[in-house]
Amino acid sequence: MRSGAKELVRVTGITIITDRGMDVKIAVASGKGGTGKTTVAVNLALSIEDSVLIDCDVEGPNSHIFFPGPMRKLKDVFIPAPEFNLDKCTYCGKCADFCQYNAISVIGKKLLFFEELCHGCGGCKIICPVDAISEREHHIGMIRHNDDRTLHDGLLDISEPFGVPIIKELKELAMDKGVTIFDSPPGTACPAVETMRDVDYCILVTEPTPFGLHDLNLTVDVAREIGVPFGVVINRDGIGDDSVEKYCVKEGIPLLAKIPNDIEIAKAYSRGTPVVKARPEYSNIFMDIIDMIGGMI
Amino acid sequence: MVRELTIISGKGGCGKTSITASFSAMARNHVTVDADVDAADMHILLDPRVIGNEIFHGLNVARKNDDLCIDCGKCYENCRYGAFDPDNTLHAEKCEGCAVCEFVCPVGAIEMVERQAGEAYISDTRFGPLVHAKLHAGEEASGKLVALVRKKARELAEEQGKDLIIIDGPPGTGCTVISSITGVDLVLVVIEPTLSGIHDSKRIIEVAEHFKIPCVVCINKCNINNENTMKIEEFCKEKGIEVVGRLPYDDTATKAMMDKKTIVEFSDGDLSSGIKDIWRKIEKALL
Repeated sequence: MRSGAKELVRVTGITIITDRGMDVKIAVASGKGGTGKTTVAVNLALSIEDSVLIDCDVEGPNSHIFFPGPMRKLKDVFIPAPEFNLDKCTYCGKCADFCQYNAISVIGKKLLFFEELCHGCGGCKIICPVDAISEREHHIGMIRHNDDRTLHDGLLDISEPFGVPIIKELKELAMDKGVTIFDSPPGTACPAVETMRDVDYCILVTEPTPFGLHDLNLTVDVAREIGVPFGVVINRDGIGDDSVEKYCVKEGIPLLAKIPNDIEIAKAYSRGTPVVKARPEYSNIFMDIIDMIGGMI
Repeated sequence: MVRELTIISGKGGCGKTSITASFSAMARNHVTVDADVDAADMHILLDPRVIGNEIFHGLNVARKNDDLCIDCGKCYENCRYGAFDPDNTLHAEKCEGCAVCEFVCPVGAIEMVERQAGEAYISDTRFGPLVHAKLHAGEEASGKLVALVRKKARELAEEQGKDLIIIDGPPGTGCTVISSITGVDLVLVVIEPTLSGIHDSKRIIEVAEHFKIPCVVCINKCNINNENTMKIEEFCKEKGIEVVGRLPYDDTATKAMMDKKTIVEFSDGDLSSGIKDIWRKIEKALL
C-alpha cells in the first residue's frame, strides 16, 4: 500500500494535505483509559498512506497487537544513575540534602540509594565536594519497531516508575515528511502531556458516559494549556447519553466522529483485528476524521 | 490492624472503578480511596461531600530572573530535561524540579519555587469516608499524590477504627500504580479478555510479583471472547493465581453509571450477583 508519493493521501486516493513534504503530527489521547485511543490511532494509521504510528503508552503498549509480525528491538533506553565511591565518600550528606526526589539517604556512616526514586538529574554528582559520585547507565526500557517500520513503540521495564524519557526518545522518531500518529497513554499527568506536546493536532477519544465526560473535561484542560488544536471522537456511541455532544457544542469543540457501540467492533478488538479490516463498512469513519483534521491543520 | 486492597488492571477501561465502587457499597467498616489521581472518577458514583482538603505541593519549579541572568549558559548545559533553550530561555513546563540550575547559576538568577500541583480531599459518602484527589492538568509527581491520599486514608482509618481501605488504582505500570500497590495486603487485577487486556494485565501481575504483593484475578466482560477468557484462566493456573470471579459483558454497568449508582445498588442481575460473590471471597481473604 506504500507508494512513493510524498503528499499525504488517503487510501482512496483523495489528498488531505497537499503541501508536498509537509510533516503532520497527530496525537490520540484521552483522560480515561479504555475509551478507544488505540482503536482510533491504529485505524487512522492504516487509513493514511505513508503514515507512521508511534505508540507512546510505554506502560501498556497495545498498538502492536493490531499489526502483523513481531516487534523488534531498535534500542535500549537508559537514564543516568549515580554510582557512589564509598572509599572517597565522607558521608557529609550533601547529596542527600540536595536530591529533590529523596532518592539518597545518609545516616551516620551509611548511604542508602533508592534507585526507583532517582530521576537521573545529575545533581548529586555536581554537589559532591569530594568527587565520590560518578554516573552509570540505568536501563529503564526499550524502543521497538515492526518489520516495515510503520509502527514504533516503547516498553517501560517492570517496576520502573518513569516512562517519560522513553516517550521523549520515541517522539524523536517522528517523520520529517508524512503523517506521524502518536498513541498516548491515558491520564493527564506527565506521560500524556509529553505525548501531546509539540503535535499539530490532538484527537481526544471519549465515551458518552459520566466517566467519559468527566475525564474528557480534564483532557481538554491539558490540551488548552499546551495550546494544541483538538477535536473529539466519541466511541461506543449509543451506550450513554448526549451529554458529551452537548459539552462539545457548548465549548465549541469540533466533534470529529462517532464510532457506534457495536459488539462486533469489541469482538474484533478482543482478537487484535483492526476495525477497518474486520468491518470495512466503518472505514468511512476514519476517512471522515482525516478529512476534518486535514481541513483544520 | 487496617488491611488494604487495591484494584488495578494495567489497561484502562476494564471496569476497575465500577467494581471498586460496588465493593465500597458492600463493605461495612472501611475507607475508600481513589488513587487514579489524574483521571479520578469514583466521586461520580459516590457523590462525596468534601469535609477536608489539603493542598498538594508537587516538586518545586525553577523561576528565572532575567534581570540578573548573565547568559553564561550553565543552566542550559546542566539541565537534563530540556527546560532551557540554548539562549537560556526557561520553559517551566518542562522543569522536573531537580534544582540543578539553581545550584549551578553563578549569579543567583534562578530560584526554585513551590507550586500547587493538586489537592487531596477527605469526604463523606453514603458508604463512609472517601479520600480522593485532583492533580492539576499536566503535573508531575502523581505518584507522590497517590502516596498522600493513601497516608490520609490510613490516618482516617486509624482515627475512626476502620478495618479496611479499598483503593481504586490507576491504569498502567508506572509511578502511580507502584505507589498504589506498595505495601497493600491484596491486589485484585481486573482483566478483560482482549489481547490488549491480557498483554497489560500480565505486565501488572509482574509488577505485583516484583513488589511481593499477593494478587487475585477477576475476568470482566468474559463473554466478549471465550477463547481469551480460557487463556487468562490457564495463565492464572500456571502462576498459581486464584480467579475469584468471571463477570459478564453487560450494559448494566453503563446504566448504573448513567444513574450515578454502583452496580450492586442499581441492579440484582447477573453482573451484580457476580460482583457480590467476588466481594465475599475477597472479604474472607482479607479480614
